[in-house]
Amino acid sequence: MSSSASGAVASARAPLVPRSRAPSRAADERARRARRLGLRAIALGYLALLLVAPVAMIFYRTFEHGLAPVWPAVSAANAQHAFWLSLEVVAIAVPLNTVFGIGIALLLERGRFRGRALLGMLIDLPFAISPVVVGLALVLVYGKTGWFGNWLAANGIAVIFSVPGMVLATAVVPLPFVARETIPVLHELGTDSEQAAATLGASRWQTFMRITLPGIRWGVVYGVVLTTARALGEFGAVSIVSGRIEGQTQTLPLYVQDRFENFDITGAYAAAVVLALLALATLLAMNLLTRHTRPGEAVT
Amino acid sequence: MRRLSAGAWRARGGSALGRGLLGIYLSALVLLPVSAVLAKSTTGGASAFWREISNPEAVAAIKLTLVVSAIVVVTNAVFGTLIAWVLVRDEFPGKRIVNALIDLPFALPTIVAGVVLLALYGKGSPMGINVAFTRASIALALLFVTLPFVVRSVQPVLHELDVSMEEAAASLGAGPATILRRIVLPSLTPAIISGVALSFARAVGEFGSLVLITGNLPFKTEVGSVYVFGQIESDNLPGAAAVSIVLLLAALAVLAALSVLSRWRSGHVV
Repeated sequence: MSSSASGAVASARAPLVPRSRAPSRAADERARRARRLGLRAIALGYLALLLVAPVAMIFYRTFEHGLAPVWPAVSAANAQHAFWLSLEVVAIAVPLNTVFGIGIALLLERGRFRGRALLGMLIDLPFAISPVVVGLALVLVYGKTGWFGNWLAANGIAVIFSVPGMVLATAVVPLPFVARETIPVLHELGTDSEQAAATLGASRWQTFMRITLPGIRWGVVYGVVLTTARALGEFGAVSIVSGRIEGQTQTLPLYVQDRFENFDITGAYAAAVVLALLALATLLAMNLLTRHTRPGEAVT
Repeated sequence: MRRLSAGAWRARGGSALGRGLLGIYLSALVLLPVSAVLAKSTTGGASAFWREISNPEAVAAIKLTLVVSAIVVVTNAVFGTLIAWVLVRDEFPGKRIVNALIDLPFALPTIVAGVVLLALYGKGSPMGINVAFTRASIALALLFVTLPFVVRSVQPVLHELDVSMEEAAASLGAGPATILRRIVLPSLTPAIISGVALSFARAVGEFGSLVLITGNLPFKTEVGSVYVFGQIESDNLPGAAAVSIVLLLAALAVLAALSVLSRWRSGHVV
């Protein structure tokens, strides 16, 4: 806190002396202003040094020599492949997680059964697991020497080192998002309209599509945005499960690492800037959406 | 089946088929994989588990992870609360943009976070600071990726907090430090604790933002998750699984302890 507070304390400690009130108020006001400006400077300075300056720096470094060196970097065959592979994996993992998230939210919020609390904890487990551990865990189940390894090999299904495994790895880490964003909205919505619809003869599917889903849509969409952002950037788990084969199982985040470690800074920065732009688009989407849901509150 | 009474509708919470599919998905993604790690870590019995986690390199990595994570979450508690305070109680031009930027670390891929920090605080830094391959770089990367947790958990509580209590305290002669200590912080503590818990769980498992910036030097900058990665690469799966379990338990223990603490605190406050 600021040292200028002492004046404010002295004046505030003498509330029984009305004569000192007018000048003390001015001093009080000055001290409060100084404190507020001080706190603002510290907060904004911290954010500038930790967040804004580093992100701005990479944009500057990428474009400091104009667009000419950037274009070949982003249009390189491996970069293009990594980009489209990332989109492919996200396009499979996110819808799966969305359907799952809505289902779990309905089950946790509307269902009455034993073990509900346990299920709730299980859903949140991915928040406590390192992505590296997720990758290891998937290898231990679906890898060549894993639990299902023989069965998968016998049936000619490749999971590890190919797209299905990468989808699994991408889906695990953001698993809780849709459910966690939907549950409070579902709670707010209540069951009155659903019960009314059911009494009027609507089937469960009709009730869900016409009453429940429209009621929870903003919560779901918010969860989907968070899931997409996390899925697009997933690194640790995919790194282990994919085998990082250039031009084959290399997603865009893996490509960034590969370029960086091969001293191709232009390539690394260009791909990183593409991912950063997608992240900024996500932020924008989140902010447009929070106006529909809860102002001033967001994310886990 | 189609026309359930309202009560039955509530009780079921979905069809048997739906529940089955949810169960399969959850098993495929979480339940079976986590069980597999647990099983793998104990294949050689308790002694093998102990041998793996007491190997000096593993011990150093786990210790480093816990110590740096602790430092990072304490920093987060202070700066996160301060930032939340400024975003709720202060007014300045561009506040909405600053508020939106808080979520950037959640949206930015972790590997990009590492690259971005290296661009400013790595070799050839325009600021003349080079933290690459030092322990400070671990803290820096973890501060970056966990920034939103405390801010976002404190913000709504601060928003709801009644200013009249603080005004009453001030009119009774309490100074700003006293008001902060006696009125504001007690109400914010549960939110700060829950933000700290989430930060800690994230910090203990963090990987992507650390791989490039820390250099992964054993006994110096190698954290737990990077050690696990190394063991997987060198095909020591039982070792990787054993250290994984330790990291997971550390995260879960802190989450559980802080949730108990936060409930206890909030019970005392109101």
